[in-house]
Amino acid sequence: MTATTAPPPRPDAAPGARRDAAPGARRRSPATWVRGGGLSNLTFLLPLLVIFGVFSWFPIVRAVVMSFQETNLVTEPTFVGLDNFRQVLADPILWRAVRNTAYFAFLALLFGYPIPLVVAVLMREVRRAKGLYSALAYLPVVVPPVVAVLLWKFFFKGSPTGVFNTILGWADLGPFPWLQDASWAMPSLVLAATWAGAGGTIIIYLAALTSVPPELYDAAEVDGAGLWRKIWHVTLPQLRGVLFITLILQVIGTAQVFLEPYLFTGGGPNNATVTVLLLIYRYAFQNSLGGDYGAATALSLMLAAFLAVFSLVYFRLTRSWSTT
Amino acid sequence: MKSTRQVTALTLAGALAIGTLAACSTDGSDDGDSGSDGDGKVTLRVVSLLPGSTEEAIAAFEAQVEEFEAANTDIDVVPEEYEWKATTFAAQLAGGTLPDVFEIPFTDAQGLVENGQLANMQEQLDSLPYADRFNPTILEAGTGEDGDVYAIPAKNAYPVALHYNRALFEAAGLDPDQPPTTWEEVREYAKRIADANPGVAGYATMTQNNTGGWQLTAQTVSRGGRTVEVDPDQGATATLDNDGTKETLEFLRALRWEDSSMGSNFLLDWGSINQEFAAGQIGMYTSGSDIYTSLVQTNAIDPATYGLAPIPLSDSADAATLTGGTLAGVPANVSEEVKDAAIRWIDFFYLNKLVDEERAVADAETLVANDQPVGTPVLPLFSQEQYEENQEWIKDYINVPLDQMTAFTDAMFALPLAGEPSQKTQEIYALLDPLVQAVLTDEDADIDSLLEDADAQAQSLLDQG
Repeated sequence: MTATTAPPPRPDAAPGARRDAAPGARRRSPATWVRGGGLSNLTFLLPLLVIFGVFSWFPIVRAVVMSFQETNLVTEPTFVGLDNFRQVLADPILWRAVRNTAYFAFLALLFGYPIPLVVAVLMREVRRAKGLYSALAYLPVVVPPVVAVLLWKFFFKGSPTGVFNTILGWADLGPFPWLQDASWAMPSLVLAATWAGAGGTIIIYLAALTSVPPELYDAAEVDGAGLWRKIWHVTLPQLRGVLFITLILQVIGTAQVFLEPYLFTGGGPNNATVTVLLLIYRYAFQNSLGGDYGAATALSLMLAAFLAVFSLVYFRLTRSWSTT
Repeated sequence: MKSTRQVTALTLAGALAIGTLAACSTDGSDDGDSGSDGDGKVTLRVVSLLPGSTEEAIAAFEAQVEEFEAANTDIDVVPEEYEWKATTFAAQLAGGTLPDVFEIPFTDAQGLVENGQLANMQEQLDSLPYADRFNPTILEAGTGEDGDVYAIPAKNAYPVALHYNRALFEAAGLDPDQPPTTWEEVREYAKRIADANPGVAGYATMTQNNTGGWQLTAQTVSRGGRTVEVDPDQGATATLDNDGTKETLEFLRALRWEDSSMGSNFLLDWGSINQEFAAGQIGMYTSGSDIYTSLVQTNAIDPATYGLAPIPLSDSADAATLTGGTLAGVPANVSEEVKDAAIRWIDFFYLNKLVDEERAVADAETLVANDQPVGTPVLPLFSQEQYEENQEWIKDYINVPLDQMTAFTDAMFALPLAGEPSQKTQEIYALLDPLVQAVLTDEDADIDSLLEDADAQAQSLLDQG
């Protein structure tokens, strides 16, 4: 490489030098920028910027604008200030939806969070047919969600001939109403959602477990530690970085739960499974003459703001525990 | 200079990529695929059948499209599967992706006209030789405040009726030719069917996607109640806590919790209740009188099991049969030539077969050749005489089991009819869905308090205008 084609020093290579220079003193001419590959960088970046801009950022900005408008995307929108937010906050169903979502999140954490971890740790101990177990664990993730829901609907049939009720009937249990009862519906959804989502988390944990140095286990074994002490004193501390991330991802995921209540129960019975996202959907699409997109985007923004604040607080609180 | 060449090549590649993106966006922003194409033909996107229809139904539809295109060589018909659902319709409406000829329920026409979403079709309608023969009440459903017609009566008008499974009646020792005529008999029969056929619902009702509210309203009206009262100044009052609605909910509660005759699935909408009924899982339910066609086309029902009767009416002087129907609309933003093409399709596919013998016979021949139902009883779009004349034309082709529907057909022209509520119809139906679900899933549901809450919410919706 000759001196003429040598790239200029990367800005991050000598940040101190840049900061010390007088403003404008080191400014490169457009020709230098082009010769230095600036144009090709921009060229590669442009499709990404355009695609993100059109399909992500523009809708987000548009949603913010719409949340201050009365609009059904059919008639001319009018600015209404904070009315949409007031309207949403005054809706009695909102608090029902918030409670339902929190209940779903709680149950999903209670069952959906530890189960993949336990399964991953047990799978790590398996010596034979590891691939088969991994495939079996991951299989539900591969099944298209709508197909899975239709299958689960058969399992959840409330009559004594339903799959689950038949199986439980062998032990003289049930029949249980599953989706057909306000108090049973949400745990039923969590059961299906845990089955559908556990595989992905198990794979993440399995990958993380491979990074745990085996000598730690050897040392623990030399010290006389059994399986549970190895898990408690070696595995969990080594996984804590991943555990923190999966926890926050799970909270965000469960706060946005939509598919299960939409496909299984439509929010019923008697709004027992209406979640915040399903409510947003209803605002937007329930009225065939044009939905209330202002209210829908207002609630979306409130949810996004809540999750952003929650994530921030979570990372602040757990910063000292994190491995990174 | 390696860098200059590479930069030039990359710039070109980038420009091409951006150009492609821009081209995509140009294609996408074109107003659908409608309008004139290169060879001067008008492309007309029309609704076809329900998603999931049988191959025979699709073949019959395609044969009709071919016949139309042969007679109208300047029109290219593009069929699109379609099921009117409040939620999907709202999305299609907002996204501007509705076909050029779409179907809407009577209840939505006025709102769509007010929102400027429907094309004015008066001129096109006037071109039809039978334009002045429509039943004025039905034509009014699609007429705007300016007196022009925007949505044209098409497909059908129907009263809500009682559908029953004859095989389940027989299995319960009931005479399938003597369907129930009172709600008390419905309850009694439902209990006998459920007792005789374990796992089967003797009686079921819709509860989801606004259909719970729709059927609660139909059953309320059949008991003489009304859910919304409109005064002469168009001021609307919610009356959800009327006696008819209370009686209906008490009736459902009794069947569900005292008789255990409503099965175990209480989350049903129009499509899923049809599915369960066709599968022999439901003894009786109420829905539009025309659903036999869809039960054949989508759910492969065994015709021998089907029975149709009027919805039972109470002794109240206001007891009536709720009616509904379908109109054909055209989006407001289409060109005149698409509107002209649309009326020709509406004439061919929906209407001419009702008033023209040759066309009626040709249509029936096509349907019968593809094993599609002909002769499902509906309300006349024109007049009773016209309807009966039409039935006479096609009598050799009628293949629906009319002798299993005599309880309905003998009474259909004498039924007292009532239209659906005219204001905030679907929104109030949506409010009523959870109420029906509550009664069917919670033994201790407080009907009075539920109705009081729903009534207050309905009134606030009506007050919004």
